[in-house]
Amino acid sequence: MAERVLMKGNEALAEAAIQAGCRNFFGYPITPQTELAAYMAKRMPKIGGTYLQAESEVAAINMVLGAASTGVRVMTSSSSPGISLKTEGISYMAGSDLPALIINVQRGGPGLGGIQPSQADYWQATRAPGHGDLHVLVFAPSSVQEMVDLVSHAYDTADKYRMPAMILADGMLGQMMEPVVIGQEEEKELPEKEWAANGHEFKRDHNIINSLYLQAQDLERLVKERFERYEVIKQNEAMCENYMVDDAEYVIVSYGATSRICKAAVREAREQGIKAGLIRPITLWPFPTEDIIKSIPNAKKYLCVEMSMGQMIDDVKLALNGARECDFFGHTGGIIPTPEEVLSEIKKMAGGEK
Amino acid sequence: MVVFEKPKALTDAQTHYCPGCTHGIIHRLVAECMDELSLEGKAVGVAPVGCSVMAYDYFGCDMIQAPHGRAPAVATGVKRAKPDAFVFTYQGDGDLAAIGTAETVHAATRGENITIIFVNNAIYGMTGGQMAPTSLPNQITQTTPYGRDVNTAGYPIRVCEMLSTLDGVAYAERVAVDCVKNVNKAKKAIKKAFQTQIDKKGLSIIEVVSSCPTNWGLSPNDALQWLRDNMLPYYPLGVYKDKTGEEVK
Repeated sequence: MAERVLMKGNEALAEAAIQAGCRNFFGYPITPQTELAAYMAKRMPKIGGTYLQAESEVAAINMVLGAASTGVRVMTSSSSPGISLKTEGISYMAGSDLPALIINVQRGGPGLGGIQPSQADYWQATRAPGHGDLHVLVFAPSSVQEMVDLVSHAYDTADKYRMPAMILADGMLGQMMEPVVIGQEEEKELPEKEWAANGHEFKRDHNIINSLYLQAQDLERLVKERFERYEVIKQNEAMCENYMVDDAEYVIVSYGATSRICKAAVREAREQGIKAGLIRPITLWPFPTEDIIKSIPNAKKYLCVEMSMGQMIDDVKLALNGARECDFFGHTGGIIPTPEEVLSEIKKMAGGEK
Repeated sequence: MVVFEKPKALTDAQTHYCPGCTHGIIHRLVAECMDELSLEGKAVGVAPVGCSVMAYDYFGCDMIQAPHGRAPAVATGVKRAKPDAFVFTYQGDGDLAAIGTAETVHAATRGENITIIFVNNAIYGMTGGQMAPTSLPNQITQTTPYGRDVNTAGYPIRVCEMLSTLDGVAYAERVAVDCVKNVNKAKKAIKKAFQTQIDKKGLSIIEVVSSCPTNWGLSPNDALQWLRDNMLPYYPLGVYKDKTGEEVK
């Protein structure tokens, strides 16, 4: 029986991956994702899996590439500076149509930055997770339970569309403990991967995992095919929570840990008679543009709240397409916004505070 | 009666290598060894970035094209996920001994049960003849037009010697493909390296000293003579590590 346990976000991510069939983990130590790797180091040898501490994030992501090429479920985890190093491998995996799961427990940047929670890698995750024309699936949980649920969903979606998936968490979610239910009773039947490079045994042609296409026409055709797949994903895979949005005049858009702070502020605003609501994107790519558009008729103004200088606000503004104004409030560098601060911003929007 | 034919583990694709390049010989030796040890069906090869990047089209086994220098990391991922697969990388000197040095050294020290075929021709071929980590002192390349000055460009790396200090390396041998006798020796070495992996002894690496007539600016024959006169004194042939007689832990 799946039971309710108290777990740290980072450890829950690891156990959820194991439950989803991941038996291969390649990582490199970095704060604040450390507990995830430590959990894997403890668990994997007991269940016949691989935990390998690589010599660098670059090596770790390429081990992921190798394991993913054989068709198995594989994971790596890191935090912001380490993800920068992984972008090479992520680009190659996207170019080779390989599914895998990458965890980013974000910390403050740029550079070595800090080790406190941050959401300053939104642009990197959604705009440029590697060089070239590409996307990866980006999921943004806001609780430990949702981290767990999204791990399994991320693997399934990555397999379905043959592309890397990323869970964009942050130091707060990674470090916090919450009650969580993990575990499926039955072993999951994983989809057959006919494209995998795992030894053809003379039963099929040799499979090649590759991202090199020297003929420009071939490369353009392949990238265009991939972007057609991205369009299907945009139509079908966007996820979003709409909280008190139906009649909302003042709409907050926020994701991840920050969205929970905003939710508290929205509740308080409602109590004070302000029609506030919260749109919480669960997928950052694909961005839930439709949910934003649906909220426009009743809305007077939007406020994007992030632990960054304002990155997701670009996508909110693209979705609004000039129909409404969108302000920004946030902290960066590891400072977490408070519900009082967000409430004060809502009141300003509503004209109650000058 | 057929007395000479293409190894089964090579595809029918025509290679893109320059006239006189020794990659063709080395591909053939790798394929012959796969045939003789019945490895093609369970083999996963990892191609590098460099002249042999398109090796994925030439070997008949499943293939992966790795980012520059990362082949040993990619091979590690394959072998850990599928321990019964036969896993080899095929890498040049820039790929293995410059951008991929960390991946090489750490795959070696972990004793990954994989085989590395390392082609050392002392130059970057694909990009048009720049200095490689194995370019010889005073060697003229596009990026050392006055000869490699060791005071500013450093010294060449002797890969087999360096790796032989690591406990994870089970077999390391340097061979050359400049003449029939050495080609035969090279084949034996590759087969031994493959057998090392089959016996789960740890990492095996065969460094093949080879020529690059195009970027050395020499005829194929003169290139082989240059190899003998200049490379072999700096890169002596022989076995640098052999733990194949030891019990598997």
